[in-house]
Amino acid sequence: MKNILVIIRKQLADTLKNKTILIQFILFPVLTVVMENAIHIEGMQEMFFTKLFAVMYIGMAPLTATASIIAEEKEKNTLRVLMMANVRPFEYLLGVGIYVWTLCMIGAMVMMMGVTGDRRPAFLGIMGIGFMISILAGAAIGIFARNLMMATSLTMPIMLILAFAPMLAMFNDTIRKVAKIFYTLQLKEILDGMNPREISHASVMIIFANAIVLLGAFIFAYQRKGLD
Amino acid sequence: MIHVSNLSKSFRDKRVLNNISFDVPGGSIVGLLGPSGAGKTTMIKILTGQLSYDGGSVRVFNEEGGADENAGTEARNLTGRDKLRFGILMDNFGLYERLSCAGNLKVFADIYGVPHSKIRPALQSVGLEEAYRCSAMNLSKGMKSRLQLARVFMHNPDIIFLDEPTSGLDPKSARAVCRIIEEKKKEGATIFLTTHNMEEAARLCDKVFFLNNGKIAEEGNPIEICRRYEAEGRIHIEPSYADILEAVFLDITGKEAREEI
Repeated sequence: MKNILVIIRKQLADTLKNKTILIQFILFPVLTVVMENAIHIEGMQEMFFTKLFAVMYIGMAPLTATASIIAEEKEKNTLRVLMMANVRPFEYLLGVGIYVWTLCMIGAMVMMMGVTGDRRPAFLGIMGIGFMISILAGAAIGIFARNLMMATSLTMPIMLILAFAPMLAMFNDTIRKVAKIFYTLQLKEILDGMNPREISHASVMIIFANAIVLLGAFIFAYQRKGLD
Repeated sequence: MIHVSNLSKSFRDKRVLNNISFDVPGGSIVGLLGPSGAGKTTMIKILTGQLSYDGGSVRVFNEEGGADENAGTEARNLTGRDKLRFGILMDNFGLYERLSCAGNLKVFADIYGVPHSKIRPALQSVGLEEAYRCSAMNLSKGMKSRLQLARVFMHNPDIIFLDEPTSGLDPKSARAVCRIIEEKKKEGATIFLTTHNMEEAARLCDKVFFLNNGKIAEEGNPIEICRRYEAEGRIHIEPSYADILEAVFLDITGKEAREEI
């Protein structure tokens, strides 16, 4: 537990000086607040920007942040120093995961400002689940990548698919059919309804299947490459 | 403190270490010397449990409760307690560049359970007190080396492994690093280091091992080795231009460094 807290504190101090990571956490919450307050088009779906950016936030921030943090530590050999100083791999991964999840949840709380009171717990719940799945994907990439550049190359296409597919699905039916297999589109549809009782079994199954596949990818990457 | 017996290690077809045996007594500084690719870093990695080996045995910490002889040849699975007794400086071990010097040490102080009040003295001991709040990315290479040393020494480890601690440093910084290593020896630490710098080895080490073609080609006290080789007529000792030039460099770069000659 002590080492997990050390990792969280270290990440917090580091992120405040790391603009590339920091912007990941701030960009979409700020965009959401600005767009929701600045743009009002007649006939536009309620909380349109909040829902759209929320899903993009799920697909981008936790994925890129987790992958970058782990890959950078590997590249600069600070991860090995931590391991040699008696930090266990699960402590490190848990520390990074908790840290990224917490910062993303703070971002989600900012985005939640446009959500009406009774829907807020559901909104946070959906976001929290989405962040966890994306963190798994990011950790798998971070572990698999040899360095930061490789992590960025691997993250970019996955991030674009996860973040933009739900948006593109609104305009194209074929994309929508394909994108249905991704958890981000399912989360977008759940966010559209924002009612836990209206969540379909199919959505839950797809999200669960995504989580299992990404957990498998994470375990595969860990067994293949290890953390160090 | 360290006992290595018939240790062998190969990378694919190349045998890097071939039946190496040696002992490192507690409280001494032992140097492993040899050309690039001789297996010096490999040896440190094996001793610190970062690498597996093909044959032989390795024992670190002889006393009860320490990391005992490993029956197998897998990378030694060090316990948390053993790791806390190690201080390791590898050539490629990095720093958190965006964090300050103090911030870097705070991370490891928390891991090792060292109070934060010891951070300033740790920086002071390596001459970095004024860089307390300075980001690691703004430090010179010599300062980074000293910060890494502060990180290694902060928790007062029993055994310190230093892989080419003065590599790439100017003579002044290298001497500062040597001074710090000598101080740690006086405090009772056992130090195992690798180096290409023979002057450093002669100054610091109680005993050196020359590693060549996977075997220990020579071992003993560095001064005694020099005297023996001179007596046998195998070498002729006289000051080199490099020694003279280094003395000139130190004379020019400051009084403090001059006093350390």
